[in-house]
Amino acid sequence: MAHEATHDTTGNTAQADRSARAVVLLTGPAYLWLTVTVLLPLVAMLYFSFLSEAPIAGRVGELTLEQYRAFFEHAFYLELILRSLRLGAEVTLFCFLLGFPCAYVLAKTIKGRWREALFLLVIIPFWSNALVRVFSWTMVLRGNGLLERAIETVFPGAGSLDLLFTYNAVVIGLVHSYLPYMILTCYISLQAIDDDLIAAARSLGASWLTILRRLILPLAMPGIVAGAVLIFVPVIGSFMEPRILGGRQGTFIGTIIEDQFTAVFNWPLGAALSFILLACVLVIFIPFTFAARRMSG
Amino acid sequence: MKVLGRVYLGFVLVFLYAPIAVMAAMSFNSSQFYQLPIDWSLKWYGALAGNSRLIDAGLNSILVAVITTVIAGTLGTAAALAFFRYRFRGKRFLQALLFPPIAIPWLITGTAMLLFFFWTGIGRGMHAMVLGHVALALPYVIIVVSARLQAFDPDLEAAARSLGAGPWQVVRYVTLPFLAPGIIAAALFAFAVSFDQFVISYFLAVPGVSTLPVEIYTSIRKGFTPEINAISTIVIIASMALLIGVARFYRFGGER
Repeated sequence: MAHEATHDTTGNTAQADRSARAVVLLTGPAYLWLTVTVLLPLVAMLYFSFLSEAPIAGRVGELTLEQYRAFFEHAFYLELILRSLRLGAEVTLFCFLLGFPCAYVLAKTIKGRWREALFLLVIIPFWSNALVRVFSWTMVLRGNGLLERAIETVFPGAGSLDLLFTYNAVVIGLVHSYLPYMILTCYISLQAIDDDLIAAARSLGASWLTILRRLILPLAMPGIVAGAVLIFVPVIGSFMEPRILGGRQGTFIGTIIEDQFTAVFNWPLGAALSFILLACVLVIFIPFTFAARRMSG
Repeated sequence: MKVLGRVYLGFVLVFLYAPIAVMAAMSFNSSQFYQLPIDWSLKWYGALAGNSRLIDAGLNSILVAVITTVIAGTLGTAAALAFFRYRFRGKRFLQALLFPPIAIPWLITGTAMLLFFFWTGIGRGMHAMVLGHVALALPYVIIVVSARLQAFDPDLEAAARSLGAGPWQVVRYVTLPFLAPGIIAAALFAFAVSFDQFVISYFLAVPGVSTLPVEIYTSIRKGFTPEINAISTIVIIASMALLIGVARFYRFGGER
C-alpha cells in the first residue's frame, strides 16, 4: 500500500524506500489492531449468518440461507426493524428540533468566555456515562416520580402520566442521551458561517424565514447530516435504553439481536439480523448523504 | 430575540442536567423508595464502601481504561504522524477505514467481537475488553492528534535537521513537545471512551470479571439497589472532572 511513498521534496529511491518503511511502521500497528478487532469479526459474523448453527463447542454448522429465510418468513422481525427505524427517525428529529436552535444561540448570539463555558456545559453530559444517565430517568419518569410531582404542584389534579415503561420513555431517554451530538455538530458548522453573510442578506431585505431557509440551513447541512448519522445509527441498534426505560414496551430489533447472543444463543440468526439492520442503514444513508452533499453545494 | 434565545438555552440545560441532579440528590436520601422530602444521609455511600463487587468492577474499569489509553495513544499518534508526514497511495482509504468503528452500531461491533473472539479462542475477559476498547478509541486519537498536527509547521523539523539534529532528536525535542497538548487531549478522550463504554464490555465480560457500567447494568436489571445512585454520582463527577481536564488542552469552542 505504501510502496510509492515519496517524501514531499525528494524523488530519490533510497529516500522513498525509507519513507515506505516508516509509513508501514507507523500505521501498521494501528491498522493491524483494527483488522483483528473490527474487520475480521465482521467478516466472521457475515460467515456465521450463513450457517445453520454456530461452529463452536464441537458443533458443525452447514452453509444455509435459513437465517435470512427466517427473517422473511416471520413478519415479526420486519415489524421490529420498522419499529427501530421509526424510533431512530423520531429521536433524530427531536434532537434536531431541540438541538439546532440551541447550537444557533451558542454559535451566533453568545460570545467569548461565556460561549466556551456554556458549550462545555452542553457537552459534559455527553461524556458522562450514558447508562447512568438513562437510569437517572427512571427516577424522574416513574409513576408518582419527580415529573409527576412537579406537574401536580403546578397543575393540581392533572392526574398520572405513568410514563416509565412506555415507548415515549424510551424516546425521552434517547433524546437526552444523544442531544449533545446534534448540538456539537450543528455548532461546528454554524460557527463557520460568516456573520457578514447574514447581515448582508438582512440588509438586502431578506426575511428571517428566508435567511434561515436559503442561507443558514443549507450552510449548516453538513453538521446536521453528521449529527443525524451519529444519532440515528446507534439508536437503531440500542438495546440498553429500551430495556431500562421501555419495560415490556421496549422490544426493538436491538434487544432481539442481543437476545440471540446472550440469552437464546442463536448466533447465526443474530448475525443475519445484524447484517439486515446494517443493510437498512446503508440503504437509508447513501441517498441521504448524496442529497445533503448536493444541497450544501 | 436575544433574551428568548438565552431562555431557550437555559431550558435545554435544565433538560440535560435535571435527571442527573435528581439522581445525585437521591443518592443522599436514606429512603430506599425515594420518599420526599429527602432525608439526607450518607447511608448509600457507606453501603457502597462495603460492596466489593462494585468496587472491583470500578477498579477493572480504571485498569482497562489506562491500558487502552496507553495503547490507543501510542498507536494512534504514530498513525497520525504517518498521515501528516508522508504522501502514499491508499492514504485516503486508510483514513476512511477509521469511520466504521464509529459508524457501525456498537451492538453489531460488540456482538461481532464476541463471536470472533469466542470462535478463535481469544476468549472474553479483561484482555478482550482491552482489544475492543482500543479499537473504539483509535479513531478518536487519530482524529484529535491529526487536528493538532494541522497547525504544525514542518519547517521547524527542517530547521532542527539543518542544525544537526538526528531523526530521533527531531521527534523528541521538536515534534513531540508541539504535539503534547493534542496527545494529552487524545489520551483523555481515549480514557473517557473506554471508561464509559458499556456495549462492547457487556458482550466481552465474563461473570466475575466485568467493568463498572456492566456491573451497574446488571444491578439495575436484577432489581434496584440505591448504592447504584451513589456510585453513579461518583462516576458522573469523575467524568466531568476529566472533561474539564480535556478542555484545558483542547479548545472545544473552536476559536481562540
